[in-house]
Amino acid sequence: MAGIVGYGVHVPRYRIKVEEIAKVWNDDPESIKKGLNITEKSVPGIDEDAATIAVEAARRAVDHSGINANEIGALYVGSESHPYAVKPTSTIVSQAIRTGHKLTAADLEFACKAGTAGIQMCAGLVDSKMIKYGMAIGSDTSQGRPSDALEYTASAGGGAFIIGSDKSEQIAEILKTTSYTSDTPDFWRREGAAFPSHGGRFTGEPAYFKHITNATKQLFEMTGFKASDFNYAVFHQPNGKFPIVVSKALGFEEKQIKDGLLTPVIGNTYSGASMLGLAAVLDIAKPNEKILLTSFGSGAGSDSFAIEVKDKIDEKRGKLTKVSDIINTRKIYIDYSTYLKNRGGIKKR
Amino acid sequence: MEKASASAWRKFNARYNMIGNVCKTCNTKYFPPRIVCKNCGRNTKMEEYQFSGKGEIFSFTKIHVPSEAFKESAPYVIGVIKLEEGPMIEGHIVDSGKEPQIGAKVKQVFRRMYTDGEEGLITYHFKFELI
Ligand SMILES: [Zn+2]
Repeated sequence: MAGIVGYGVHVPRYRIKVEEIAKVWNDDPESIKKGLNITEKSVPGIDEDAATIAVEAARRAVDHSGINANEIGALYVGSESHPYAVKPTSTIVSQAIRTGHKLTAADLEFACKAGTAGIQMCAGLVDSKMIKYGMAIGSDTSQGRPSDALEYTASAGGGAFIIGSDKSEQIAEILKTTSYTSDTPDFWRREGAAFPSHGGRFTGEPAYFKHITNATKQLFEMTGFKASDFNYAVFHQPNGKFPIVVSKALGFEEKQIKDGLLTPVIGNTYSGASMLGLAAVLDIAKPNEKILLTSFGSGAGSDSFAIEVKDKIDEKRGKLTKVSDIINTRKIYIDYSTYLKNRGGIKKR
Repeated sequence: MEKASASAWRKFNARYNMIGNVCKTCNTKYFPPRIVCKNCGRNTKMEEYQFSGKGEIFSFTKIHVPSEAFKESAPYVIGVIKLEEGPMIEGHIVDSGKEPQIGAKVKQVFRRMYTDGEEGLITYHFKFELI
């Protein structure tokens, strides 16, 4: 079926360490680092937002794919921090990467899983031959209320995937995808509110764990695969701990999930998180290897994918900007006051 | 407001993608685009031209006391960039963990330039980042 023709990511250079935030609120940094399995998180610059991150990721995806952006027929940007309340981010991206105007586009919002929902929409459109290529982006500059536990994790970043049905162009094929969705009030933000609210402990068991587990088990049933059939597994990563716990319960070993687990060093990039995790795995995956991806969005739902890597992946590596190149180069560490200033820029929106 | 959005819209290709033009008579490239070629006058034959977005710093200065629109970004660096294709243009140089220097190579990045108050349009624009 449909597959990935190219991908690209972007993560801002700014970082703030757990110690720096903990100092302000008199928290014990060691217990937070251990409890959340996170050491630092990315912070957007004052001139970066979900649209600029989406554009940088999208441009890298077009370069990597080798396609003409003019042939992209659908563009979806998933985010919970779209810069405008009314005025699509997707049209800004389409102008900046020069797709044509023969294009269907929309902004998606489903907490942290809007990016993978976009991949599913593009897959349907290319498989039904309505379009040649679709682009799905997950991009966020997420916000945590000062002194809330989320402040240690809410970060910024994004990933863009170009989906096409021509197998000769695919670097990886989507073998199957399925979703599990239910009305669950674990996390929300009302219109006009600057920060999200959440149900505390309620965000774990009935939300993250239930939806990821059910979607992944559904995928196992539909494909006949089991955990050991996959070389890599990527799960949504609101912190560094949850994906480790859920993967163990599903029968995965740590070596399968370590390469796609980025939250310990960049934080939770929300809509970008599953996309970045998948990109990090594709950066190193070899032909014929299998990848499991299960996202999660509060509210709540999970999209699960079985992906098989194709020979083309090696051929296209020359034009690839790897996740590790972006997240490990020229990081700029900032203190809490600079963080507040940058975040003020975000909050203004 | 209406005038501001229409004039912003006309500049999207230049602001987002560094699309200028080239005179097919003498092959001179222009950014921002010009209607009439400086060399060819009446024999101007302009065509759209996509600039690579790459160049080097010709000179730069750090702004500590900015105008109202850039108040929150200060201090920031403005540079004169010599584009690979020839033209010199002024542009913002973003903080990228490397100190700007004359002759240093840069490439374009996509950023917010300014926002029209709390309710107006957000202007996106290319800026430059050290490679
Ligand atoms: Zn001329």
